[in-house]
Amino acid sequence: MDWINSIIQGILVGGLYALFAAGLSLIFGVMRLVNIAHGDLIILSAFLGLTVSSSLNLHPFASLIVVLPIMGFFGYLLQRGILNKTLGNDILPPLLVTFGLSVIIQNGLMELYTADPQKMNAGNIEVASLSLPGGLNIGWFPLLMFIISIIIIGILQFIFYKTALGRAFRATSDDQEIAQLMGLNKNHIYGLAMAISMIVVAIAGIFLGIRTSFDPAAGPSRLIFGFEAVIIGGLGNLWGTLIGGIILGVSQNIGAKINPGWQLLAGHIAFLVVLAIRPKGLFHRVDG
Amino acid sequence: MATDRFEIVQSSSTSRISIFIAFFIIIILFFAPWWAGRADIRLLSEIFLYLSLASLWNLLAGYCGLVSVGQQAFVGFGGYLLFALTIFAGFNPLLAIPISGIFGALISLPIAFLIFRLRGAYFAIGTWVVAEVFRLSFAQIQSLGGGSGSSLPVAIVKSIASNKAMRESLIYWMILGLTVLILVSVYLILRSRRGIALIAIRDNELASKSLGINITRSKLFVYIITSGLTTILGALIFLQKLRISPDAAFNVNDWTAFVIFIVVIGGIGTIEGPIIGVLIFFLLRETLADLGTIYLIMLGCVAIAVMIKAPKGVWGFVSSTFKIELFPLSRKLKKQIKEN
Repeated sequence: MDWINSIIQGILVGGLYALFAAGLSLIFGVMRLVNIAHGDLIILSAFLGLTVSSSLNLHPFASLIVVLPIMGFFGYLLQRGILNKTLGNDILPPLLVTFGLSVIIQNGLMELYTADPQKMNAGNIEVASLSLPGGLNIGWFPLLMFIISIIIIGILQFIFYKTALGRAFRATSDDQEIAQLMGLNKNHIYGLAMAISMIVVAIAGIFLGIRTSFDPAAGPSRLIFGFEAVIIGGLGNLWGTLIGGIILGVSQNIGAKINPGWQLLAGHIAFLVVLAIRPKGLFHRVDG
Repeated sequence: MATDRFEIVQSSSTSRISIFIAFFIIIILFFAPWWAGRADIRLLSEIFLYLSLASLWNLLAGYCGLVSVGQQAFVGFGGYLLFALTIFAGFNPLLAIPISGIFGALISLPIAFLIFRLRGAYFAIGTWVVAEVFRLSFAQIQSLGGGSGSSLPVAIVKSIASNKAMRESLIYWMILGLTVLILVSVYLILRSRRGIALIAIRDNELASKSLGINITRSKLFVYIITSGLTTILGALIFLQKLRISPDAAFNVNDWTAFVIFIVVIGGIGTIEGPIIGVLIFFLLRETLADLGTIYLIMLGCVAIAVMIKAPKGVWGFVSSTFKIELFPLSRKLKKQIKEN
């Protein structure tokens, strides 16, 4: 029973990993940009949520009203102000610029909040759980997190394939020059894609901040989880990303069950195994 | 009618003078234990270590497009190998260092098998995952101190040289020697036939492929060489520190982030870039290190500004403005003077 329990917990946390991955996958799909600062931006959102909820005395979920637009707007400005200038045939500039950004965010947070771990308090929902027959207990919060992750991935999928904005994303992704000729402003489209990515990041950050404690140096490992979920699931496939996140979460929980020191290691090994046997991921759709 | 004859030249008077000056500087540095204090020796060693790491990373990223953010895997691996070979296998540290390089090159093969499947930025994060796997695995080895690390036993430290001053000088000479070796090998690799292939790949991967260059093999060759040399550097770094822990050994900031900043600011894809970069980096660090995190924020900002405004870095700007090369790689046509 213990085993089934930890597999279920793994599946549920997989939803959060899929959220880490969705933002990464979206901007890669639209502009072939891999944002090394992605994990740090998740942590930045968590700190932002902490400040907003403690200073305005709001529930962490309610802090999203403030954090979402701030992160979205920040994403748009970041893309138009800096990242658009780095895009081109050479992969080095975007990589190194986002790497620099990652160092700036980490140390900026360190300066503002010190290195102490922080946590957001969401009240009763954190401990409330649903009892299932057979002695299984599912926490309401992980379940809610999982369901919201599925909804968000569904919304992203809808935006990407069913709306005018999604058409613009796919068009610029396929051929920037023709898209420009058709009257699309590439820079604006990229800005919007980053804004959406940062909105997903904000939601992921708040969930992360309620689920575990976080500190300014916690970003890189979130980037790695997100990245692993993307590669396991297959590039450019959002639902694949969800499966990738679940595989990662389940492997981590199984590893932790065998030996607490193996939690992260088991996740990385699952990723390397997938890379060895299916280098393009389980459900790959586009070529990197 | 006489046709003009041309010859191909690589060196120039600047480069001949610079080789002479470099030789002179190396001799002065060799005698540093006699003219510099202990703190200066430590600083010089650190500068050389970073120069070596930066030159190797530059060879990987600047010439092969293999942007790795996981070089700490090899630095830490080298450090741990030094400890394992001396403590468990009873090797003399001075012998353990070159042996660690062989292990580093060997282990890079299965790693390359996996991460060469990833391209561009995904390759970068893949190398990071590998470094994390290394860190987490070494933290599990209880006989090497597990997560909290261990120190090199006194008997092993004494086996290098019995007195402290001699030991420090010896390590300093090894670091200096290795740095010279690395700079010379990078230069020679780039001047060789394979180096021309690498430069062609850097300039245009598709075109070089169509000319018959085996891209994967060229990249693999460089990856294995840099992995082996980075592992040796790691062994030397921790021979100097005498203490190792997983967090220090596989630290992404110390062994990769700073190295990347050095290369980017100095000028990526040039041999001179890492040299200029390391001088700027240490100049900034020695003057601003008291600022702590603010210093790192500034470093990040400078790197972003350089990447956007002058992607070829400080050296790229200097060399394109004044048309000079200290390490001549490019080939120029020169009209021969006919004597008749």
